[in-house]
Amino acid sequence: MSPLQTVPAGSLNAHDARDARETRPSARQRNAAARTARTLRRRRVVNAIMVSLLALSAVIAVIPLVLIVYHLGRSGLSSLNVAFFTQDPKSVGEVGGGMANAILGTLMVVGVGAAIGMPIGIGAGLYVAERRATKLATVVRFLADVLNGLPSIVMGIFAWEFLVRPLGHFSAWAGAVALAAMLVPMVTRTTEEMVRLVPQSLREAALALGYSRSRTALTVVLRTATAGIVTGALVAIARIAGETAPLLFTALGNQFRSTSLNKPIAALPLQIFQYAVSPYEDWHRQAWAGALVLIALVLTISLVARAATQSRVDAGSE
Amino acid sequence: MATMSRPITTLRLERGGADDAPVSARVRIEALSASFSGKPAVKNVSMDVLDHRVTAIIGPSGCGKSTFLRCLNRMHETVSGATATGRVLLDGHDIFDPRVNPTAIRKHVGMVFQKPTPFPTMSIRENVAAGLKVHRPSPTGRELEAIVERALRRSALWDEVKDRLGAPATGLSGGQQQRLCIARALATDPEVLLLDEPTASLDPISTQSVEELVYELRKDVAVVMVTHNMQQAARVSDVTAFFLHGEMVECAPTAKMFTAPQDARTEAYITGRFG
Amino acid sequence: MTPSNAAAPLPDSGQGTPNTAIDGQDLQGGGWSDRAYDALLTAFALCVPLLLVLLIVALTMAAWPALKQFGFGFLTSSDWDPAAEHFGAAPAIYGTIVSSVIALVIATPLAIGVAIFVAEFAPRWLRQPIGFLIDLLAAIPSVVYGLWGIFVLVPALRETVMPFLRDTLHLGATPFFSGPAYGPSMLAAGVVLAIMILPYISSVSREVLLAVPRSQREAALALGATRWEAIVGAVLPFARSGIIGGIILGLGRALGETMAVTMVIGNRHEIAASLFAPGYTIASLIANEFAEASGDMHLSALMAVGFVLFVITLLVNFVARWLVWQTSGGTRKVG
Repeated sequence: MSPLQTVPAGSLNAHDARDARETRPSARQRNAAARTARTLRRRRVVNAIMVSLLALSAVIAVIPLVLIVYHLGRSGLSSLNVAFFTQDPKSVGEVGGGMANAILGTLMVVGVGAAIGMPIGIGAGLYVAERRATKLATVVRFLADVLNGLPSIVMGIFAWEFLVRPLGHFSAWAGAVALAAMLVPMVTRTTEEMVRLVPQSLREAALALGYSRSRTALTVVLRTATAGIVTGALVAIARIAGETAPLLFTALGNQFRSTSLNKPIAALPLQIFQYAVSPYEDWHRQAWAGALVLIALVLTISLVARAATQSRVDAGSE
Repeated sequence: MATMSRPITTLRLERGGADDAPVSARVRIEALSASFSGKPAVKNVSMDVLDHRVTAIIGPSGCGKSTFLRCLNRMHETVSGATATGRVLLDGHDIFDPRVNPTAIRKHVGMVFQKPTPFPTMSIRENVAAGLKVHRPSPTGRELEAIVERALRRSALWDEVKDRLGAPATGLSGGQQQRLCIARALATDPEVLLLDEPTASLDPISTQSVEELVYELRKDVAVVMVTHNMQQAARVSDVTAFFLHGEMVECAPTAKMFTAPQDARTEAYITGRFG
Repeated sequence: MTPSNAAAPLPDSGQGTPNTAIDGQDLQGGGWSDRAYDALLTAFALCVPLLLVLLIVALTMAAWPALKQFGFGFLTSSDWDPAAEHFGAAPAIYGTIVSSVIALVIATPLAIGVAIFVAEFAPRWLRQPIGFLIDLLAAIPSVVYGLWGIFVLVPALRETVMPFLRDTLHLGATPFFSGPAYGPSMLAAGVVLAIMILPYISSVSREVLLAVPRSQREAALALGATRWEAIVGAVLPFARSGIIGGIILGLGRALGETMAVTMVIGNRHEIAASLFAPGYTIASLIANEFAEASGDMHLSALMAVGFVLFVITLLVNFVARWLVWQTSGGTRKVG
């Protein structure tokens, strides 16, 4: 079936090749040539069909995104008003009010979670990158990947078992710890990647100046990798900001404004969930507005992070 | 410390004439061997590095000359699996003594690498001052400015960068970056300066300026320079050592080495029969 | 001065820095900061394994009363009766597996198709935007998918897709697409999950495909293969275990996804053959009943299903990571 079969055996010899050119092709050779042309045409058609199907799958994959953005825009924008950002929820069934308490709660829980999780993640990532040959580094890298794949609800149960059940009450603390537990493996991996990008020659240059290993790591390696580490951390923070499941068991939610870390606290994703599954029309409206605000928050953080990486990559490739 | 009382060896260079001044050995290397994960890279090398002289280390690639150099400020051991035996005496003090802190050695023995390594997050001024931060007491203000200027003048970079000391160091050309690295190494006033093929990644004009600089530097320090370029060794060095397969084949005043080598292998190498 | 001549006069040694000898005491001491740094960094690194240990401890402790009470029967019983304090996780386990399988069936071909398209065919200017849009899908919070599911997807399934599958395509004859179309259902959960895991499978596959050496496809093209043939014959075999790893990672996400599923699956303890019927997954069961759990045994039973989910996803992730590491050497961060 291969095109090579239509060339008579031995024709690679120069004399034979001239002979072959002078003789007319036999019927058998003509048939074979036609067959080859046909299969070639068929193979090209298959190729074209498959390429179109691949392109189609790309289009289909993007459709849900378009639809979600469209519905968020339509239902969310019309429900968004000043009160949404400034007022706390009204009592059940009453029209009006906003999610100021939930926005504040999300900022607090995510902020505390990031304050706990980021130093640990950056430290672990630095260890994994700087001691990449050690056994512990391999184990940490692998387990960080495994932890990244675990359901977020498991982190909620973890914080509930250690911080809610023994104390007998839900709290913003517990929510922050659950989110920090999600943050640690994510930040570990992104930090490791960014620290790996710092050339070995810079470490050597610092050591040769009489820098200790710790000073080299902190003032040269980390400082060079800072932009990338911040980017990775921002992406991770964007992800935990949208998390609901771990907060169900920990922060719980709160219809009132609370700024205490020891009490249950509202969070934007929790509030959206509670409103969405409620029977009230006005709460549905607010859930859409909340979703729009949440996604705007998450996407802004991710886009800023992405832009930072992009400009870094561009600057690095010059 | 026991090794303190060790007398500093005084040698005479075989040059003759008025220049025949006494020179002391700043670094004495005794039976130095170094290996990576059991694979030997430097075998039983003994030699003296003279003060106020440029010592060139030449040899084909893979002959252990860079490894040898990296033993002199204990940078060799920063690679995992690297080991070294023998003694390296800096002014009579064994730098491999377990009580010795390698970072202290590196404050006295500066190093410049093959590729320029300016710190990308720092300005030109911060780069030059980088090494001073680990010195006690570390200079500040006027004093710091003066040290930065002196180091940049010594590395012949001052006139080119004096108006933009706050600019990022990565904006400089390759040759300027390498001279900046030399300034950074000089700012801390090291006794010995190690140069690991400092011109390997530079264009001919930058190479010339770095060579001129090296020639000037021996007023103040003992210089050890690894180079794969024999002409460079002939141009700037006073003493040349020839390495082959991890062994030091010959060490002699440069003029003598290039005119009347004692060893047949040295002669073969410098006449271009291999390498 | 040009040092062109090796015989140039040496500078007088007396003119330079005086030969002050180094003080031996100067070279000793210090190093405590490095020791502190090592200890601190190691402590941070140990937090990661410690976190996994604490997770295991927490889940085992929380689940222990129910596991002790019901034993192995907990996994096989479909009786969930908080009033009688009898609990069986079979419907939730069944629902978890079925919804994830639906999601994989829908998402896998699409995700691999997108990955191949982006890695092999898309023109350069299109590559970045498509990859970016797919990655955006992964950035949307679960609760937003749930909200969209409740108010857009579920009505659409109820009004259009379910009648179409059941009546127009006559699939109602099979048990899988029969019965009334409520809307909230196993099918709805599967579709939402498919949308949510697609970006994960796709991005892992893309990374793995891009890691295939150029020479692989060039060799095939040089033999006269079309580009599609080169992909099937040379590229995919090379990337296979990595792509399978990506699919299993996606499976891990689908198994544990909580909010979106809770909002569209209908939440009913029942093993029904029809995908139009409501059901439960482990995660949605916990999320839905936790707040109104009556008594300690009910709570412990919820934690016990959580424990089952933890064990399943842990295994799935071990396998997936191992497969992806095999292909990418563990250096790239994926997923």
